[in-house]
Amino acid sequence: MTLPTGDTIGILADNLKLRNSVLPISKENAIRWAKGLELPRGGETILYTGIMYQLIPYIAAMSKAQELIEDSWMANFVSVGRYVNKLINVSGFMAKPSESMQKSYNQILVNIALLLKEAGVNFGYLYEEELYSGALIYDLGVDDILKDHVHKVYNTFKKYKVKNVITVDPHTTNMLRSVYPAFIEGYDLYVKSYMEVLVERNLQPKNELTKEVVIHDSCVYARYENVLKEQRTLLNRAGVTVKEPADSGRFTLCCGGPAESLFPKKAIVNAKKRVDQIKNAANNGVTMCPICFVNLQKAANDEITIDDISNYLVQAYL
Amino acid sequence: MALVNPSFIDEVKRSDEFNASACMNCGVCSAICPMGIELLPRKLFRYVLLGIGEKVLNNIEAIYSCLLCKMCEVNCPAKVHIAENVRSLRYVINKKVFKI
Repeated sequence: MTLPTGDTIGILADNLKLRNSVLPISKENAIRWAKGLELPRGGETILYTGIMYQLIPYIAAMSKAQELIEDSWMANFVSVGRYVNKLINVSGFMAKPSESMQKSYNQILVNIALLLKEAGVNFGYLYEEELYSGALIYDLGVDDILKDHVHKVYNTFKKYKVKNVITVDPHTTNMLRSVYPAFIEGYDLYVKSYMEVLVERNLQPKNELTKEVVIHDSCVYARYENVLKEQRTLLNRAGVTVKEPADSGRFTLCCGGPAESLFPKKAIVNAKKRVDQIKNAANNGVTMCPICFVNLQKAANDEITIDDISNYLVQAYL
Repeated sequence: MALVNPSFIDEVKRSDEFNASACMNCGVCSAICPMGIELLPRKLFRYVLLGIGEKVLNNIEAIYSCLLCKMCEVNCPAKVHIAENVRSLRYVINKKVFKI
């Protein structure tokens, strides 16, 4: 038995509408990564995390619970869960994230902020006022609920007179750069991924990394946003030998992550296919998307290393 | 026997982005789909164009299994907006079937 599609989408959409996020995350946990960095609040240019990296430990915990439910009698009760979820945050009880995972995903955001500072970029952060972009709800086609949320996000940017947004992941980049303009008349924000900003600023390495990595491009960066050169430029400039797996660049193979919320088993089958392709090229896979990172890491099962690109970049550029 | 509903296309087509009629049924999309969804997108789009809503609604799992990864779209010789078309089908199902 698979998870009941309508009720699962319903819970995720209700969460966005009622709680501004598809899965519950406290404001304290969402902004913890920025502690000690002394980033100003708001400003003309901001780093916008879209709470994606912070949400992954919750998504991983939720997905574990879903895998158990998927083949059990409990799947029949997801519809009841949706009604209860409107009153009490049910997904909050189901998803207890691991602390070590939270720490490693928060570190990625710290890496990105430090790299941008090193490149001389002046940027602020919205702290607890930052909202999730709504990417998953967009993918699931719940546009009516998304529409209201998109305006909430945009109004927060306007409140702080934001003009330039630096994003940290492909899904948020796509939402803010290509999807929001279709929902908001007169949309006027300039959106770039942090990798694009680092290349544009011509950041130079301080240390040479004599390493070999296999690059896994995110479908969204590669096929929606045409971000393909930047990750290679930054790694090559640092002395890293970038190897390409079968199906690479614009024709990259999806990690399977987008199936995770409704069909966790299908997601892992796809991730394993991609891990095999990476394994055939070398033993270190590098990702630049939190969804690819978690999904491939899970499928790799310690047979190969999968790491976020920022963990390599800090070794070379800081 | 399936019923034909000529107004089904109007329910699905929310903007000019929905261009299922550009599909020439070559099958490249099905051949390279990483999920191996043979039905998506060409057959489903044909059902929409023919107004056979019932056939579309019978394939909810395939429609929501699509990764929206656009591997099919970058290889499509007819430049069909496959991912956006699939999202349009989801929008209709969310409304009609799931009441979201």
